[in-house]
Amino acid sequence: MSDAVVPHRVEPNAAAARSGTSWLKRALDSDIFYSFRRSRMTMVAAAITVLFFLLAIFASQLSVQNPFDPAQLQLMNSRISPLWTAEGQSPFLLGTDEQGRDVFSAILYGLRISLVVGVLGVILAGTLGITLGLIAGYVGGAVDGLIMRIADVQLTFPAILIALLVNGVAKSVLGNRLDAMSTLGVLVIAIGLSFWVQYARTVRGSVMVEKSKDYVAAAQLIGLPAPKIMLRHVLPNTMGPILVIATINLALAIITEATLSFLGAGMPDTMPSLGTLIRIGNNYLFAGEWWIVAFPGIALAGLILSINLLGDWLRDALNPKLR
Amino acid sequence: MLAFTLRRAIQAIGVMIAVGVIAFSMFRFAGDPVNQIVSLDTPAAEREAVRKSLGLDDPVPVQFVRYFTNAVQFKFGVSYQFRQPVSNLLMERMPATLELAACATVLAMVFGILMGVYSALRRDTILTKFFQAVSLIGISLPTFLIGILLIYLFSVTLGWLPSFGRGDVVRIGWWTTGLLTLSGLKALIMPSITLGLFQMTLIMRLVRAEMLEVLRTDYIRFARARGLTTRAIHFGHALKNTLVPVITVAGLQFGSVIAFAIITETVFQWPGMGLLFVQAVQNVDIPIMAAYLLMVSLIFVTINLVVDILYTIVDPRLRSTISRPA
Repeated sequence: MSDAVVPHRVEPNAAAARSGTSWLKRALDSDIFYSFRRSRMTMVAAAITVLFFLLAIFASQLSVQNPFDPAQLQLMNSRISPLWTAEGQSPFLLGTDEQGRDVFSAILYGLRISLVVGVLGVILAGTLGITLGLIAGYVGGAVDGLIMRIADVQLTFPAILIALLVNGVAKSVLGNRLDAMSTLGVLVIAIGLSFWVQYARTVRGSVMVEKSKDYVAAAQLIGLPAPKIMLRHVLPNTMGPILVIATINLALAIITEATLSFLGAGMPDTMPSLGTLIRIGNNYLFAGEWWIVAFPGIALAGLILSINLLGDWLRDALNPKLR
Repeated sequence: MLAFTLRRAIQAIGVMIAVGVIAFSMFRFAGDPVNQIVSLDTPAAEREAVRKSLGLDDPVPVQFVRYFTNAVQFKFGVSYQFRQPVSNLLMERMPATLELAACATVLAMVFGILMGVYSALRRDTILTKFFQAVSLIGISLPTFLIGILLIYLFSVTLGWLPSFGRGDVVRIGWWTTGLLTLSGLKALIMPSITLGLFQMTLIMRLVRAEMLEVLRTDYIRFARARGLTTRAIHFGHALKNTLVPVITVAGLQFGSVIAFAIITETVFQWPGMGLLFVQAVQNVDIPIMAAYLLMVSLIFVTINLVVDILYTIVDPRLRSTISRPA
């Protein structure tokens, strides 16, 4: 973290600064952590987000079956209602769907896919946006003009439209029958290409400000190459806003993936994400089997809401104007 | 002013040409169009004949010019799945989408402004807290989940509203409208709410923020000092000044309303352009995808251009800054 982001009120003493515990102490002493402790809503949101990540990581340990493995599904067990209802059956806590898939296990595995696609998508978008933003801001001139014009044009189009188009084109180039893993890759690329603009604009803005500062001139004077100055010296000073964008973008990326899967342009039924589960469940809504769609829906909404709350808090906490 | 308008218009045309290049490359290079038209066991000679008849063996620039001149005349080729001209399909479905988008926008504006004004004037009431909770939900819940929730409530449980389709439509020339029949209006309610909720949240937050800002300014204090009624101050002076950004945002958002209609139309099986586009993506029907991209871009670019120009007319303060390259 740069000093622009975490202004330390207490200067840690030199002896403590060398040991590992002092790093933790500094983090606990920081303004950010103070504002985190002050907001109960944020703590709850953080706890729920962490819980979702843990559920996704330990999905195979926590679930009663592997919902991606057709051999483990039995049609005998199809359309069982949740455990607390009259027709509920152990071990199917949240009931089963048409194929005898345990809804709870399917949610855990689906959550894993949604989070993997979301995180990878944000990383791709961030890498792309930060690189282009650094180049545009540092080099300037015609390169800057070209990159920012592309960004302007793309910004007028909603991300979901771009993601759908990328998805459709990829399917057309690679053939319509993609296996589940390639679909996952296509989704990550579609999300990455839809969300890079905001990073590029923010980084470019910060770089333009930082570029005129003395430390950059000093680095240029001692003969450091431009890429090194950009990555080691300028980039760390732009990380605050990027962190905020990345958090809010994670929620957006998860929504985009879920929407694509819901529209039938994302993860296939054999390897469902939360969005796919909702699409499948939606077909049984009129038959009265509400649990097939309700629980994946609640999981998705809870995940997005808690990440959004975290992002909101982070934006306020990192904004020096609001202190 | 004229120079500004001209520059923006040229920029808009540039964007449309760029989108045209993308649409053309999708059409031409994403998969072989011939394979989509002929069957699997068509002999090679026949394939060549089809290729020639479509002009696919011409040089690429020639093909591009032909595609572009056709597109300008709203000829987008033939759909792979429906075997019909894409322009017919789009024209048939455009009224449904535009009607839905217009209803959603009106709904979002009316309720967004009302809720925004109320929550700015009465900051600590329960109703304001409720509005803020609704706005958080509007931003956090994916559109399709809201749609499913509404269907479950009003179609499955209560049975009040239809869950799919447009109901009975009346044909006026080539335009079809659901606004004139009872079943058409009933069918419009849930999709409009689903589509408008996000915009409503956006407008509500914007109006609230703008109102709070305006209420702190000197001219409002002066109006109070003049002894005007609170009502005149709030609605005659304060609200009026918040409306310029609101109308701008609502105008700019109309494009994304049309794009987001893709999701709403899928949930409610609304026979509009969005549903057509989703089916095209699922079935890799490139001519429809390319045509939809061109149509939506045209709408976006036109709206952006009009809003930009209107904005400088409405707000003279911007005119001094527009000389710098945007």
